[in-house]
Amino acid sequence: MKSTKKTSVKIPPYEAVGVVCAQSIGEPGTQMTMRTFHYAGVAEHVPTGLPRLIEIVDAKKEPKKAIVDIYLKSSYARSRPEAEKVAKELASVFVSDVADVEDDLEALTIKATFNEKDGKAQGVTFNMLKKALESFPAEMKADDSAVTLKPVRETKTPAKASEKDKDKKEKKLTAKAVRKLTQKVRDSIVRGIPGIYKAVVLKGQDEYFIRAGGFNVIGACEHAAVDPKRIYTNNIKEIERVYGIEAARNAIVREIKDVMDMQKLFVDIRHIMLIADATTFGGSVKSIGRHGLSGEKVGVLGRAAFEETIKHLINASAFAEEEKLIGVTENIIVGQTVPVGTGKIKLVMKVPKKK
Amino acid sequence: MMVKRRKRKAAPERTSIFLNGRIVGTHPDGKSLAQRLRERRRTNELSNQVNVYYNSKLNELHILTDKGRVRRPYIVVENGKSRFTPELMARIKNNELNWNHLVKMGIIEYLDAQEEENSLVAFSEKDLTPDHTHLEVDASNIFGVVAGVLPYSEHNSSPRITMACAMAKQSLGVYSANFNARYDTRGYVMYYPQQPIVSTNIYRALNLKDKAAGQNVVVALASYHGYNMADAIVVNRSSIDRGLHRVAMFKTYETEERMYPGGQKDKIELPTPEVVGYRGEEAYKHLGEDGIVMPESDVNGKEVLVGKTSPPRFLEEISVFGAVEEKKRESSLSLKSGEKGKVDSVMITEGPSGNRLVKVRVRSVKTPEIGDKLASRHGQKGVIGLLIPQEDMPFTKSGIVPDLVVNPHAIPSRMTAGHLLETLGGTAGSIGGMLMDGTAFGGNTEEQFQEILRKNGFHEDGEEILYDGLTGKQIKAKIFVGVVFYQRLHHLVSNKMHVRSRGPVQLLTHQPTEGRAREGGLRFGEMERDCLIGYGASMLIKERLLEESDKTVQLVCSECGSIATHDYARNRDICPICQSESVEPVEMSYAFKLLLDEIKSLYIFPRIILKDKG
Repeated sequence: MKSTKKTSVKIPPYEAVGVVCAQSIGEPGTQMTMRTFHYAGVAEHVPTGLPRLIEIVDAKKEPKKAIVDIYLKSSYARSRPEAEKVAKELASVFVSDVADVEDDLEALTIKATFNEKDGKAQGVTFNMLKKALESFPAEMKADDSAVTLKPVRETKTPAKASEKDKDKKEKKLTAKAVRKLTQKVRDSIVRGIPGIYKAVVLKGQDEYFIRAGGFNVIGACEHAAVDPKRIYTNNIKEIERVYGIEAARNAIVREIKDVMDMQKLFVDIRHIMLIADATTFGGSVKSIGRHGLSGEKVGVLGRAAFEETIKHLINASAFAEEEKLIGVTENIIVGQTVPVGTGKIKLVMKVPKKK
Repeated sequence: MMVKRRKRKAAPERTSIFLNGRIVGTHPDGKSLAQRLRERRRTNELSNQVNVYYNSKLNELHILTDKGRVRRPYIVVENGKSRFTPELMARIKNNELNWNHLVKMGIIEYLDAQEEENSLVAFSEKDLTPDHTHLEVDASNIFGVVAGVLPYSEHNSSPRITMACAMAKQSLGVYSANFNARYDTRGYVMYYPQQPIVSTNIYRALNLKDKAAGQNVVVALASYHGYNMADAIVVNRSSIDRGLHRVAMFKTYETEERMYPGGQKDKIELPTPEVVGYRGEEAYKHLGEDGIVMPESDVNGKEVLVGKTSPPRFLEEISVFGAVEEKKRESSLSLKSGEKGKVDSVMITEGPSGNRLVKVRVRSVKTPEIGDKLASRHGQKGVIGLLIPQEDMPFTKSGIVPDLVVNPHAIPSRMTAGHLLETLGGTAGSIGGMLMDGTAFGGNTEEQFQEILRKNGFHEDGEEILYDGLTGKQIKAKIFVGVVFYQRLHHLVSNKMHVRSRGPVQLLTHQPTEGRAREGGLRFGEMERDCLIGYGASMLIKERLLEESDKTVQLVCSECGSIATHDYARNRDICPICQSESVEPVEMSYAFKLLLDEIKSLYIFPRIILKDKG
């Protein structure tokens, strides 16, 4: 056979790509352990290095510090003021940001005093605050700069509330409930998209874009100025949910690559792609480990050799599982050649028939 | 979210007084009180073991009289003048005064870690300013006892000093004057220890020359055909033959006549061939009538030092013909495998529980060999890389042949200039016939050494023209040769060397044993296995993990899949569970067979389904 560059670069059959991949990432990873923990104590730091890598590989539902990069349609992306305007509209403003919320436990009321200065800075008017507070189960009284809420008990459905119940259950509102509600009032949103906060405008290559905390991708895309094709978040599960598994695969590759690059560790992208493929090929993002890939191996012995040995053995016996000796570990345990590399190559020949 | 910066509390106006950490009262002016207390200590109104520490930030005064504080001596300084005057020095020289007098007179005082915080210590007398409160007794005092023994440490980098300190503790010398009367489990005694030519005042103060651990050797700084690369050292074999760095190793073996429940007892005796586990006549050849080795006999390998028999482990073994015919077990004490030596002495005493106890001390000579570790006192360690006869060593025109050839690459990156200075000092000392002082910050100087060398017709920087011992030709470069104090460290290859091809296996797993003491194999671990998988070397994995480890052939019933047995009485294979005779031999790891057994103990029945290979 003619050997070309293309054929020589091809991976030969039965090459143990997984082990090579694991070693290629694991070896530089040991150096990462030593370095990252020295960053301890830096406030509000986005996890990088090993902690982040673990997050990705464990397929965490939500990263410790979710971030969303929102790119804008070209008409908004040109100038910083334009972008900043959009950023303001996106980032959620909490009641506590623009008003002092105090509860009066004797009168059982909650008073929110609008702070003109903060409101102006956030671009929030008193009317917006009033509107935000309307949804609470309370009677609302407002003067020029403060809203007083008198919480009422949510009435039960009339069918359920019998005469007897009425007497007993219609207790007075407790101070504890008011306290609880006060916190809810503080945390409610006056303006902006829930799940997106602290938006900052950054300069990209030749445009301005917004980086914000949170990951409400769908919410952000509803804004007219946002380009839904380019929005990106480091929350892989969210990407999977919104854009599908292929996008999630690409996000995994990108996130791992970012971690490695940041640490100045250079790993061939194909190793990272293999990890991304392995975690996503089943149609959903799976973790590597007990609850994911390793826990779904075919062989009982392979699973038992990894973690929770006895659980796997007992389950296998309960269902009379058969070990087909397909994996590597299984064959090593039993004492056979491993179905990798030279172990899979078999000689096939025709035996001449005896006459 | 908001972090309020806490205001620092203002120090209270009155000083809090603490005695050994417990508050006892207050005082309007702690600083002057501290000073007054110190004055009293210096005039002996207070014990000199009391230390006083004033913290101006917290306005606290700590008086410390606790045990266990680390303290060190200083000369008291007043108004920028040392209290230790030349007159006092003269009186000391006249033997009128000693150290304790100076402490009593308040000239020298001991400070602990706390009081040190209140003092400003001058390094030498000429540095004194009015602000200073104390003066170092000697500049080399900043090193402790261990580092103080090293010469010229002020010329070395600190990591090397640390290493030199660690290695000095591993050097072999005369560890105790009564070594001959002791039965230490292990001990080394050097044949011809020497005191170093270049020593320090702390070395002399400790009288370490009486327990010297090392020898002054002639060292050439040169490379030698690559045999001293990477910190190897080329050694003159003839020097070793003359006794250089020769050491005797003593090892004590002991055994006891133990008592067993039921009134039975071990017996130290010459085992007879009837004893279970008899090791053959050869093994007992050194034993006397009492079953104990004769002193000065040459012992080797696994030969027996003390013959001993024990009662049987299980009482049922007592024969049917009555209790008379009791089978004894062999439980002799023998020399560890791979070791050899002479029986130095034997001691028969009583153990802590009153049993007869025999201790045998075996002595063996450890001459330096390739792989043994040597080190100078500057963190310059190395292993012997080659032994060459004197004839092949380089030599000078006056016939000096170095004992060691050390590679010059060992010097620049480690910045151990002290090593070079000691080399020069050692040479000067041996030529001039005197001992040199290498005390840090005040030993003999390079110029003094050069003076001596020049006067005696040597090149003043210690370089020599060497001639190649192999060809007789002059070596082109001048080579730095000198006398350095070298220590032999107790990492001897002969105590570490270990090989195995076949050997003992563990009872439970049938896998090779672990460790040198058990003649074990080197583990082919999980990560090593991963590498072979990554390489695809399937057959090699099988060889390492099965063939060279715990391979067995087990009989497997092809009907029910359980492990079958061979019935020797009827000479046929049979499955003990289904009585089937269709049984096949299957090659597997013993660990797997064990796993199957353990799974069975979980009440799970694992079956092996047999298929034709292919």
